[in-house]
Amino acid sequence: MSGSVAQRPVRPPSRPRYKGKAPYLFLSPYLVLTTAFFAVPFVNAILLAFYETNGPRSRAFVGLANFVYLFTDSVFRRALFNTTVFALVSVFVQLPLSMALALLLNSGGDRVKGFFRLVFFSPNLVGQVLVGILFGVLFTPRYGLINRGFQMVLHWGLEARWLSEPRLIMPAIVLTSLWLWVGFNMIYFLAALQTVDKTLQEAARIDGASPWQIFWHVTLPSMRHVVIFVVIMSVIGSYQLFELPLTLLSESYGYGANDAGLTLITYLNYNAFRCGDLGLGSAVGWVVALIIFVISLVQIRLGRLAEED
Amino acid sequence: MNLLQILLLALFAAFVGLRLLGRRRAASRFARWTLLTLGAVVVLAPFTWLLAAVFKDRSVLNEFIFLPPVEQWSEKTLNLNNFRELFKGRPSLTGPVYFWEYVLNSTVYATCTTVLQIFFCSLGGYALAKYEFRGKNALTLFMLGSMMIPSVLLLAPLYKMVVDLRLVDSLAGLIIPGMVGTYGIFLFRQACMSVPNEMIDAARLDGCGEFGIYLRLVMPLVRPMAAAFCLICFLGNWNAFFAPNVFLHSQDKLTLPVVLNLYLGEFRHDQGVFLTGTALAMIPPAVLFFALQREFIAGLTSGAVKG
Repeated sequence: MSGSVAQRPVRPPSRPRYKGKAPYLFLSPYLVLTTAFFAVPFVNAILLAFYETNGPRSRAFVGLANFVYLFTDSVFRRALFNTTVFALVSVFVQLPLSMALALLLNSGGDRVKGFFRLVFFSPNLVGQVLVGILFGVLFTPRYGLINRGFQMVLHWGLEARWLSEPRLIMPAIVLTSLWLWVGFNMIYFLAALQTVDKTLQEAARIDGASPWQIFWHVTLPSMRHVVIFVVIMSVIGSYQLFELPLTLLSESYGYGANDAGLTLITYLNYNAFRCGDLGLGSAVGWVVALIIFVISLVQIRLGRLAEED
Repeated sequence: MNLLQILLLALFAAFVGLRLLGRRRAASRFARWTLLTLGAVVVLAPFTWLLAAVFKDRSVLNEFIFLPPVEQWSEKTLNLNNFRELFKGRPSLTGPVYFWEYVLNSTVYATCTTVLQIFFCSLGGYALAKYEFRGKNALTLFMLGSMMIPSVLLLAPLYKMVVDLRLVDSLAGLIIPGMVGTYGIFLFRQACMSVPNEMIDAARLDGCGEFGIYLRLVMPLVRPMAAAFCLICFLGNWNAFFAPNVFLHSQDKLTLPVVLNLYLGEFRHDQGVFLTGTALAMIPPAVLFFALQREFIAGLTSGAVKG
């Protein structure tokens, strides 16, 4: 016993413990507000999903009928499908682009790096609503900046009806989201790249590894914590996509032609707050929460597995 | 072939040329800066377009991609009509409402929430970082769990509560539920961890009260995090749409994003007006961002990179 203590590094003598009420007092605003505005609504959200409501004041118990309705409603399935497509695109298109930008920037000088970082981050100062309003005009057929840009570079797209042709609605939302969020995730990747051990990369290079091999086998594994964090955050964000389609497709409350731009939260917003069925809205909320929860768990699990290898 | 295509081809040809000459390093440097510059142009183009659009008449809004060449400048391409139209009083049930009222609402909402959040979150974060107390582990676990719950799930029951509390259709109904946040507490907890215990103990021995330690010792030390969080919080609330859109009803109580979304329909045929409102709404976050830029990037990434 005494032997093991002696081997430990010398620790400073344990400090006298504070025994007063201060921490409870300091946390009391959080505790009170969280009980009132998180715990109580949370319990209500559980209960509400089993009721049919008409506005905030009248309700009738309907058991599981809200959930049964959701899974037989083809509009809801469409929303689920669209949102999942968007989440997949976010992870497999947006994040690689962010990573590519971060890699391009990482070897530059500090001043240049600061400038480009500022430029690429700047769309995030503008909220989703404002971006949606602006891009709604940029996507105007024949005249819009984006239509003209496509025409100039690719000789295609001047007449493209981005926001009214079902086939083009999701691509338009994705393009807007790329403009908005590629720079945001780049900030995380850039910060992580700067913590990667340079000597490891150098050793791999001397051993004859190609830049691609160095990235895939040295750089990426050593920043996996950040990668997992960013993937989880962007999946969570994707499943809550709402304001962007709402403002881009404002004439149909975000649904778009043939429901091509409909997301889960758009569906929730329309049914709960426009039609007044808060119960159905809560049921949708639970489906979203469950999806987010399961996907996060799977990703954390996969991250652990990768670590053990 | 147009100028833009020729330019892109020339850039590509220069890259291939450098590769063929065996100047691999130069080629990769050239490719890097070209790609970054093109990316920056794509990112900045919509802003530039918007800046030009607010001064243009409806009839020429889409005539020129940005501003016309100087010799074609006229009353139509450079005027303040959009601003005049935007700031004009608009009739509502409670009398005329002016655009500056929405600006005021947004400012009050975002500022109050930010100030209160900084105070309550730093207080809570400090308590979690530097005190041992019963229930601390359970509380931390609860907080981590509560971050997994998407806020939209709570919006419907929260709306019902706000209605019951008679706070609906007021900024107070938005500010009070948003005065404290788990994310903020964790950010401040992280920052407070790095304050040396010896300093806190010394202050305590010198007879400083617990709140005094927080206010006079800890807060100045975690100032960078406070600045970062200030921006995160202000941006989030200034741009918030979902809750304000549900909670606020009267025309004179609305915030900027809610109103601009309404204007999309109202000014469908006069897009310059809501574009001008959008451009104006971008200014306050941009000013704050430039003031707090350095702290912001550090604060945003500290949790993810360390954790």
